[in-house]
Amino acid sequence: MKARLSLTVNGETHDVLVPVHKTLLEVLREDLGLTGTKHGCELGECGTCTVLVDEVPVLSCLALPADLADAAITTVEGMAEGGRLHPLQQAFAELGAAQCGYCTPGILLTAQALLADRPSPTRQEIKEALAGNLCRCTGYTKILDAVELAALRVGVPR
Amino acid sequence: MLRLPPFTYLAPRTVDDAAKALASHGGAAMLVAGGTDLYPNMKRRQFEPSVLVGLLAIRELRGVRGGAREGVTLGSCTTLSAVAVHPEIAAHYPALATAAGLVSSPQLRNMGTIGGNVCVDTRCNYYNQSYEWRKAVGFCMKRDGAICLVAPRSPRCWAVSSSDTAPVLWSLGARVRLRSAAGERTIPVETLFRDDGIEYLAKRPDEILTDILLPPADGWRSAYLKLRRRGSFDFPVLGVAVAVQMEGDVVRDARIVVGAVASQPRPAPAAAAALVGGRLTSELIARVAELAAGPAKPLDNTDFTHPYRKKMTRVFVARALASLAGLAPAGEPAAEVA
Ligand SMILES: Cc1cc2nc3c(=O)[nH]c(=O)nc-3n(C[C@H](O)[C@H](O)[C@H](O)COP(=O)(O)OP(=O)(O)OC[C@H]3O[C@@H](n4cnc5c(N)ncnc54)[C@H](O)[C@@H]3O)c2cc1C
Ligand code: SF4
Ligand code: FES
Ligand code: FES
Repeated sequence: MKARLSLTVNGETHDVLVPVHKTLLEVLREDLGLTGTKHGCELGECGTCTVLVDEVPVLSCLALPADLADAAITTVEGMAEGGRLHPLQQAFAELGAAQCGYCTPGILLTAQALLADRPSPTRQEIKEALAGNLCRCTGYTKILDAVELAALRVGVPR
Repeated sequence: MLRLPPFTYLAPRTVDDAAKALASHGGAAMLVAGGTDLYPNMKRRQFEPSVLVGLLAIRELRGVRGGAREGVTLGSCTTLSAVAVHPEIAAHYPALATAAGLVSSPQLRNMGTIGGNVCVDTRCNYYNQSYEWRKAVGFCMKRDGAICLVAPRSPRCWAVSSSDTAPVLWSLGARVRLRSAAGERTIPVETLFRDDGIEYLAKRPDEILTDILLPPADGWRSAYLKLRRRGSFDFPVLGVAVAVQMEGDVVRDARIVVGAVASQPRPAPAAAAALVGGRLTSELIARVAELAAGPAKPLDNTDFTHPYRKKMTRVFVARALASLAGLAPAGEPAAEVA
């Protein structure tokens, strides 16, 4: 069964005709060419495929586009504005919080949702927010540091 | 890419339409809410329904109504994230907020629903594997095969009930409302579970779980502790739910229900009865914990060794009761992990 769907990704509306059993991850990567969203386990066990749906982090490998017709989807491609990196991206680059980079898109988006919700999170709150994103390279310390740095720079007083 | 098998997707906007859709497609259709349990299973070809009836577009299934005085009703499609932070639930049914907040990972809690959590498939080391793995090892009777690989002479499947919220809802005396094209019924949540790894729910496939009804809080205190290898992602390999109703410092009534030790949550009525009329002293707690671990018979088909999981049943019941008695700091999430 194919469905004609209208998906709003990074503020842009895309009309697609896709089999309904394709996951959001598959449609983003294969039909919209947005390969910034990574595929890892594809079973909900790693978090690298995280995107934001109405500002909330969800796993695109377990989401059906047919359920998302009225939603605003954000992928990592939607983070930089007018060629300027998002403060999180800037901090990740400066502090070496990305090594192979495979977990990075999912972590950036999860952290973006955290900062939207809590502009000055504690280290523990950052850890809990990122508890669904595995990283095989960094050991996490630099990731936590980078989120803290970005929060400071965005600079909403506590 | 690990892809879903093809299906026809229906997204009704009312429970009535969902019930009709299920009725008209007979056994070919399955329900899906958040999909966080069903889609991984479908990708591993444990289910290949030709029709999926999605529940996410049904507004009446979302949200929490009522309060601690008259009782709380949770729509089955309320997300676990919403349950975990709901102020009335956190204040008066704290074990439920804890359990919902300990399910898998933040992203999965944003997607997974409380109804799906109650109906979540049972688990086993020989079942939660890819199609190729299962084929190579030899299929078991839960899917595609004829025997049980854990207990080969057994006529039944011993896959483990792995829901975090099911033992808690049982300990809180919750009821569930089920609706189908044929009508509606409300039953105690404990009668929803069957002691069988394959037919683990005592509901017809055409029945939709619409609401979970919590009784008035009425002096009940509750706690939930979860054992798993990692502090995130992992299913429980032991879940201990305790609820006690206090009159002053004397226990008037109590329920202890243990999760992830059998194909359904397991109550410990003898242990709970030993609490009634007593004060929550460390001596009484130690005796009750011993009694509660008695009936737990975990099998060797999940993470950790089964003797260790049985031993931890006693430890966790004691810790949960101690936290209710104010004898120990009410478990930080880290303390609820092994
Ligand atoms: C990596 C990972 C880790 C996990 N860890 C945990 C964990 O720690 N603890 C835990 O408890 N679970 C865990 N889960 C399982 C799952 O995420 C949760 O149980 C979740 O709450 C399931 O809800 P859902 O809405 O996504 O269910 P779905 O996948 O949509 O459905 C699950 C089952 O319930 C049925 N169903 C759903 N809603 C209804 C309804 N309203 N009426 C009748 N039947 C219905 C479906 O047909 C299906 O058989 C984990 C899953 C993954 C992938
Ligand atoms: S308990 Fe036995 S039959 Fe059931 S899933 Fe495990 S191996 Fe298969
Ligand atoms: S690819 Fe989605 S969670 Fe791993
Ligand atoms: S940087 Fe390689 S997985 Fe995180």
